[in-house]
Amino acid sequence: MLQIAQYTISGLASGSIYALVALGLVLIYRSSRILNFAHGDLTTAGAYCAFTLMGMHMNFGGAFFLALLFGSLLAMGFYFVVLVPAQRREATQLSQIILTLGLGLILQGLISYFGGMEPQYFPFPLSDELVYNFGGIVISQLSLGTFIVGLLASVFFYLIVQKTRIGLAMRATSENLPAAQTMGIPTRRILALSWGLAALLGVIAGLFLAPALLLDPFFMLEPFLKGFAAAILGGLNSLPGAIVGGLILGVAESLAGGFISVAFKNTLAFLIIIVVLLVRPEGLLGKEFIERV
Amino acid sequence: MDLIESYRDELKIIRKPWTQVWAGLFILSLILLPWIAPSYVTYITIIIFIYTIGVQGQNLLIGYTGQISFGQAAFLAIGGFTFGHLARLGVPWYLSLIAAGLMAGIFGLVVGIPSLRLKGPYLAIATLGFGVAVYQIFVNSETLSGGRMGMIITKLSPLFGLPAVIFHYYFHFLIVFVFTILTYNIVSSYMGRAFIAIRDNDIAAEVIGVNLTRYKLLSFAISSFYTGVQGGLYGLFMGYLEPNMFTFMEAITLFVAVIIGGLASVEGSIMGAAFVILVPQVFSAYKEMVPVVYGVTIFIILIFEPLGLYGRWMKMRLYVQNWPFR
Repeated sequence: MLQIAQYTISGLASGSIYALVALGLVLIYRSSRILNFAHGDLTTAGAYCAFTLMGMHMNFGGAFFLALLFGSLLAMGFYFVVLVPAQRREATQLSQIILTLGLGLILQGLISYFGGMEPQYFPFPLSDELVYNFGGIVISQLSLGTFIVGLLASVFFYLIVQKTRIGLAMRATSENLPAAQTMGIPTRRILALSWGLAALLGVIAGLFLAPALLLDPFFMLEPFLKGFAAAILGGLNSLPGAIVGGLILGVAESLAGGFISVAFKNTLAFLIIIVVLLVRPEGLLGKEFIERV
Repeated sequence: MDLIESYRDELKIIRKPWTQVWAGLFILSLILLPWIAPSYVTYITIIIFIYTIGVQGQNLLIGYTGQISFGQAAFLAIGGFTFGHLARLGVPWYLSLIAAGLMAGIFGLVVGIPSLRLKGPYLAIATLGFGVAVYQIFVNSETLSGGRMGMIITKLSPLFGLPAVIFHYYFHFLIVFVFTILTYNIVSSYMGRAFIAIRDNDIAAEVIGVNLTRYKLLSFAISSFYTGVQGGLYGLFMGYLEPNMFTFMEAITLFVAVIIGGLASVEGSIMGAAFVILVPQVFSAYKEMVPVVYGVTIFIILIFEPLGLYGRWMKMRLYVQNWPFR
């Protein structure tokens, strides 16, 4: 019993990372029907930005903040410089997805060129080795911090989307683009904001993952794919679904790793993708997607 | 374009006599190439040939049928390792190669089943999940991947006393030639038109009597057959196989080749394969920049030239033909 609780707790910590990644993906998918294949690489770029700044003796807080800013600006820049011209030339949904893939490739190449291919240790104020013991359940300081930050970021994001005027505009834009435009909402700016916010969530996840894994140009690939799995599990167009999906995936993975085999742990996410898409493509909390002829 | 008067004309691969001359000259130069060019160039051309097969298959799926797949590396791996295991058992290479294609084709059918329900982005994720899952299964299972050191495959020994590189060149040239002709025939047959109809509008295609289930699955199966054959040939040519040859990046490379070469064009597939092989050669001093070149090319092509390199080539030809008018 204690073992199950232990695995669940450590699963929740990694699940909150997946939830953050999935939130970013869902946010972009909901607002512009684009799957962002560059999400992982945007995140990596943010983490490298923080790493470089800390290498220049900046304190952690400043580097953290600037990395978030850098990631969001990168995403917004991509939206304005590449996606908008493509949309003006009537690019299909598929080619917009491929454009994000192109951005991912470019970022990946640039990061490997400037950052080097060797894995690097990422300095972080929270420690991976310091553990707290709650009645037999052990949790490291880093995992606890990750979980709390994941929770805070989700709540903060929820408040933005549900309680502010900008959030209202974002919801309107994703619901019905032409209607939102008619109502005088600057949809292009709102969409750019969604991209920025999504990248911000991703960079937070990346910064908390980097100390647990080592920092190398591909360290976000696997968490990014799992974020995808989480988003699918929860429903690609549902924001609460992304959080629920992320947490479920984290716990399931941790339990599978503990009780079945460690090798199976990594494959589980992809099995989940395939099974969910076969059985219930709209996900746990997503609305069914109906196409009219 | 030009007027086609009969069905027989429609089925012709090359319609105009001058185009026939150019295509003939191109093939002739390919035949003469290994005797003139240094063996390094021949070697690169062989790899381009091998990739051309997979890119054509991928183009049948993405360009003609409009179904997206990021799981192509999985079919490469399945084809490659099927070939490797059979070759180890002493099965002759042609049978193993066909078996590699068929095995990949069967898995293609399995992956194709979700495509009946899923569209666009959802299908992209499903195939992506499949690709990564297969890769991890091969990484984790040493029985499947032939051990930690990878799987050694005996290379073909040259026949007719030819030097090894030249023999391999002609061997792959013949196979690619057969597959290219096959692709042209698939595209101009009922099957190809059914694929195109599904791409343009699947509901309308069903209404005019295209069996959606059959042709979507067929498209997946054929494309994975091609990819499986590519995997087998790659293993045969390289002489060894290991799971790390079939990462997600490999699937992306095939995908990029299709996009850059030009969707729905066989010539484009060949150009795209040449592109993804030549760029890393040209940029060999800056290996990390290769993805950047791919990415920038994707941007340029999707924004300015959606038909890819082939579209650009057609426009240039049209410009020269109509000169001085425009």
